[in-house]
Amino acid sequence: MQYMLLIYTNENGWSQLTPEQQKQGMAGYMAYTEALRKAGALVHSDRLRGTDVSTTVTVADGKTQVLNGPYVDTKEQLGGYFLIEAPDLDAAIAWAARCPGASHGTVEVRPTWGM
Amino acid sequence: MSTAVQDGDAQARRTADAVARRSYGKLVAFLAARTRDVAGAEDALSEAFASALAEWPVKGCPANPEAWLLTVARRKLIDRARHRRTTELAAPELQRLAEQLDLAAEKEVIPDQRLALLFACAHPAMEAGIRAPLMLQVVLGLDAGMIASAFLMSPATMGQRLVRAKNKIRQAGIPFRVPEREELPARLDSVLDAIYAAYAEGWADPAGADAARRELAGEALFLGRIVTELMPDEPEALGLLALMLHAEARRPARRSARGDYVPLAEQDTALWDLATIDAAEALLLRAGAQQRLGRFQLEAALQSAHVHRRLTGNANWVDVLTLYDALLALSGSPVVGINRALALAEVEGAGAALAVLDGLATDPRLTQYQPYWAARAEFLRRTGDRAGARQAYDVAIGLERDAAVRRYLQRQQASLLDG
Repeated sequence: MQYMLLIYTNENGWSQLTPEQQKQGMAGYMAYTEALRKAGALVHSDRLRGTDVSTTVTVADGKTQVLNGPYVDTKEQLGGYFLIEAPDLDAAIAWAARCPGASHGTVEVRPTWGM
Repeated sequence: MSTAVQDGDAQARRTADAVARRSYGKLVAFLAARTRDVAGAEDALSEAFASALAEWPVKGCPANPEAWLLTVARRKLIDRARHRRTTELAAPELQRLAEQLDLAAEKEVIPDQRLALLFACAHPAMEAGIRAPLMLQVVLGLDAGMIASAFLMSPATMGQRLVRAKNKIRQAGIPFRVPEREELPARLDSVLDAIYAAYAEGWADPAGADAARRELAGEALFLGRIVTELMPDEPEALGLLALMLHAEARRPARRSARGDYVPLAEQDTALWDLATIDAAEALLLRAGAQQRLGRFQLEAALQSAHVHRRLTGNANWVDVLTLYDALLALSGSPVVGINRALALAEVEGAGAALAVLDGLATDPRLTQYQPYWAARAEFLRRTGDRAGARQAYDVAIGLERDAAVRRYLQRQQASLLDG
């Protein structure tokens, strides 16, 4: 099965870290990605840029509405994702727990339809 | 209809009922283990039971009814999977399923995966409140209406929640597996908690007037037995079964002939079921031999101590207090704190117990908890504060749902005027 690990963190936290801490943080994610890849579990992953450069689009009654900013303003934001292959939910939860995002934020585990 | 056919009908129904009772969960677990489609397995199985009731009266009951049902259910399951395999089930998966089911049907031995099914139902990803109802349905085959009335919920709501829970197992890929050693204690705790929740719902109808709830206690005992049979060395599973058996043994003494509540201290011990008490004690000994203490063993040990006090007349309150100390350290539950205070009152007096209750009063959950107010009333009475006791009884009476207990508290309150 494929699971999407969605990482929610306070995106302002990053800019408050020292360059040394940021380097450490990046290294943590790199190592995690490498571990997923070695295990053959990684399908895809990426980091999202901040919600300050986010744009929201809706089309209603034929009119397109474009708004600056994220869909919902929350204290923690979707900051990145890992799409992984795992045999079952327990295996996916084990990967989510190892994700650095689970320590400085929250990781949501969502099964995909696999369409 | 001839008598022979009627006999055949009755015989078929009895056999089907017996198999349902004994093997329902085993069949569901086996049919759903690979696909995790519990609802699909249940549907296929209920169709198989329907076929059995049509065929067995005519052709006679098969030698191995379990294998017969499994073969028919498997056919239904594969037919249905074929219909929708484009979206749900890949062809190789279907092939494996068919082979595995064939193998089981040939051997006529169905592996018992009920434990794995119980662990799936009580998985941490499942909503806590639905775990017990889900187990009752998928392992024991109880219908949603009966479960709903036992849990004081509308059948429609219960039905929807059960459907959602089964969807979650399938779509989120919750595994049918007994957890590995390091996660086993916590995961087993949630299985046992759910079983105990089912038992407690059944226990809440002490007169046994409500058939659905009385049966629920029996069903919870059945689940408890399954776990101890399949995990004979897990002390907490043994402890839970011992705890439930101790409670069952005293059920006939909990109400007077007039339906009034009878507290443990005043129960007629001749009404206790001593054979069941012995069985509970034996389980507790077996659990103790493992030297891994836990909440359910402590609770069962407390029941055991209360029973011994009544049977021997030996006031063992110091032992009881020690057990409550251990249980409180383990659970941190304010409810345990209240029961501990009741034991403390016997050892150190009502004044000390009242001071402990004052300490607990900061927990907002207790302000609406009847036993807290009843205990408080009792301690105030013993320390001579009649007015305070009277008020505390008022609150306790106002919070109680069970009319028999309410009458008992009212009598206690009225007796304040005598002394």
